[in-house]
Amino acid sequence: MVEFTLPKNSKVREGKTWPQPAGAQELREYRIYRWNPEDGENPRIDTYYVDTHDCGPMILDALIYIKNKIDPTLTFRRSCREGVCGSCAMNIDGTNTLACTRGMDEVKSGPIKIYPLPHQPVVKDLVPDLTNFYAQHASVQPWLQTVTATPEKEWRQSKEERDKLDGLYECILCACCSTSCPSYWWNPERYLGPAALLQARRWLNDSRDEATGQRLDSLEDPFKLYRCHTIMNCTKACPKSLNPAKAIAEIKADMVERQV
Amino acid sequence: MAHETKTVHNPPAAARYYGSAHTGTQTFWHQRITSVAGVPLTIAFIAIVIALLGRSHATTGQVLGSPLVAIVVILFVASIAYHMWIGMQEIIVDYVHGPVAKYLALFGNMFFCSVVGLASIYAVLKLSNGV
Repeated sequence: MVEFTLPKNSKVREGKTWPQPAGAQELREYRIYRWNPEDGENPRIDTYYVDTHDCGPMILDALIYIKNKIDPTLTFRRSCREGVCGSCAMNIDGTNTLACTRGMDEVKSGPIKIYPLPHQPVVKDLVPDLTNFYAQHASVQPWLQTVTATPEKEWRQSKEERDKLDGLYECILCACCSTSCPSYWWNPERYLGPAALLQARRWLNDSRDEATGQRLDSLEDPFKLYRCHTIMNCTKACPKSLNPAKAIAEIKADMVERQV
Repeated sequence: MAHETKTVHNPPAAARYYGSAHTGTQTFWHQRITSVAGVPLTIAFIAIVIALLGRSHATTGQVLGSPLVAIVVILFVASIAYHMWIGMQEIIVDYVHGPVAKYLALFGNMFFCSVVGLASIYAVLKLSNGV
């Protein structure tokens, strides 16, 4: 049965309030989810104060400020700091997004609340375990599949055919969409989720790919595809402004098209 | 002492599970058809009910005895009952995961929708003096 409440050992408690930086002109309050697998304690919410005059404008800047100047044990993933790698995906102010592309000023008032991506196992603090997410992505076989022999030069594609990949290929696999989807929360083992399905669509749309039938065959499943109920959280959450809900609807349309 | 079964988690195998069931599209398509059909049928059904308000049993039987009215009402009941079955089944599949609870809920849903649909159709036929 679906779990609507957190297990006892996952109940989030009030944590520590860290001292405010001395001599700060303007402070911004951060309330951040902390959990350490090694101390046997429940998760807690720690409060930090960031000097906005001594820190860059983005949420990721604040996290780095906290780690460097207040609490070096705060754990999170980050790499490119410009919305390309997808590492710093987390739940900020109630929305899944990238810490590097969300400005502090976009959270209008009150403390900035930061949690790991929802409904995933937590490795530590803001780091979720995305093993299943990546395995699902691999299961849609996101690579070119052909039956004809590899040409001497390149696989040819018209400009119009290439245009059909726009809005699909840009996905950075940050998992903001899948982990914002209630259907994915309830059936993460069996529903592929919006990110994997967006990539499935990317290869279905590719004029050079010759495995369209097999791809549709492998997706035609009450769980893998049809747990999508067009809730649209995926599209709302996507920090790259892609539209996974539309991609899934197009897959469903193809499924119907080949039957009627 | 309880013996704990140890397993090694295999994410690629878990993600692939039992593979594709190669079904789902028909359910999806039928859900769309019945929702589209439901629009005119519901309007027609409500119009018929309003027309019958306050009428006697005999008049109701007479109106429902008209083939057009009877067919519209029966189509309405059949389409809605089928739509109800699919919709509830989707919700059960979403939320109920227990090995016993899931099958009990799916059975219960199918029986309930069948009984409601068939009883309603039987009532229309009986009122229209068809049986």
